[in-house]
Amino acid sequence: MSLNFKPRTQSSDLDPALASFDVVVPAGSPWIHTLRKGQTFRITDLEGNQAVDTLFFNAADIKEHYSLTHTITAQGALYLGLDTTLLSSEGKAMLRIVADTCGRHDTLGGACSCESNTVRYALDKRSMHSCRDSFMQAIGNSDYGLHKRDIASNINFFMNVPVTPDGGLTFEDGISAPGKYVEMQAEMDVIVLISNCPQLNNPCNGYNPTPVRCTVWDAA
Amino acid sequence: MPQSSSKFSEDKLLWNEALPGGCHWSGVLRRGNTLRLTDLQGLANVSALFFNQEEKTERYNMPDTLKAQHTAFLTAGHACYSDMGRVLCSIPEDSCGWHDTFCGVLDSASMEKKYGLLNYQTARNNMHRSGQEGLLTELTKWGLSRRDMGPSVNFFSKVTSDVEGKINFDTSHRASGQYVDVRFEMNVLVLLSAAPHPLDPRPDYAPGAVRLSAWRSGTAGADDACRLSCAENERGFINSERWFL
Ligand SMILES: [Zn+2]
Repeated sequence: MSLNFKPRTQSSDLDPALASFDVVVPAGSPWIHTLRKGQTFRITDLEGNQAVDTLFFNAADIKEHYSLTHTITAQGALYLGLDTTLLSSEGKAMLRIVADTCGRHDTLGGACSCESNTVRYALDKRSMHSCRDSFMQAIGNSDYGLHKRDIASNINFFMNVPVTPDGGLTFEDGISAPGKYVEMQAEMDVIVLISNCPQLNNPCNGYNPTPVRCTVWDAA
Repeated sequence: MPQSSSKFSEDKLLWNEALPGGCHWSGVLRRGNTLRLTDLQGLANVSALFFNQEEKTERYNMPDTLKAQHTAFLTAGHACYSDMGRVLCSIPEDSCGWHDTFCGVLDSASMEKKYGLLNYQTARNNMHRSGQEGLLTELTKWGLSRRDMGPSVNFFSKVTSDVEGKINFDTSHRASGQYVDVRFEMNVLVLLSAAPHPLDPRPDYAPGAVRLSAWRSGTAGADDACRLSCAENERGFINSERWFL
């Protein structure tokens, strides 16, 4: 793996023993949870090279969702990392990345789906697992009022999708490693919807989907 | 599948319409028709959203479009994918060479901050219009809402990235008379806004006008450059064709 950028990292001194919520999300599973304003949310890549496909919604108004275009244009850069403010489709701050031991996260690559698997790999790959099927399962089994139409742009924590100066785009090996984490503080009440990616056809997971840990701390 | 699709010529024209800078438009472009967008003054940005007209939960999906074709921008030979693995439309011809996919539309708050407030009461039809308001107005006409607003294609705008991911709006490719042909492979609800790009470096609100020209072109033929540009696109076109079986 070659890195053509210098990752900016910062660790956190929050203690998981003092967390108000702590759960392991198995490889290939969805997870949905509401974060309150001021809470801190950490995703830990337990075994390394995992892609964590994540969407955020304003808990008071689910029509407002995380927006990659607002986030990218506001910070003038494609990749997410320390100090990135995650903006909504209404231009409001949803969360801010306050600690990050990985250094960079993708927001262009979107979530895999069984339909896009037919395009990207082969027409008969439709029956495989996919992140968007996980999202459908999570919203179908919960009462948040979320609909397929709300599954817009997402973040892929720990994933590496470099764009070249001449506009090329590639999927590369993850830049994460066992135990790396990203931590963000909620600037509003938000619904977190995660698909812990089950993709087996490309290197975004190192071809080996693994569990992640989601930890939440109340405001100090 | 036809042998090939036909290129633009005046005698094939179905209709022609001017879209003034800053204004918005929506309509249905049916399978087998092509819409040519022409930048009349060399200042245009056209933000576009695409929906399957028969099942509007299916819509243009920017990440699937980029991933399938290993590109961060769109030009001739590319296709626009829906979230259901189908090609909604494709670009058989393009004299511009680069259309932005990841910056989205200018929102009203940013517009006011950048250009000041100029409303209808003060300026009548010279008021400042944002891409967000324009697209939202059109979305609402078709029973959709702000929850349906995803990343748009920004035709005629070039935004590049360096290796660190820093993005830059490139004005050097602008020229009056440039055009891009968008050929519809499905029946598509098209929403357009000709408001300025959110990163347009000009200090004044100065959106450019575009001409919309549609003709009956047929769909991508067996020999089509978009179909053959990668194995992914061959499968994407098959998925669209199966929808119409
Ligand atoms: Zn996935």
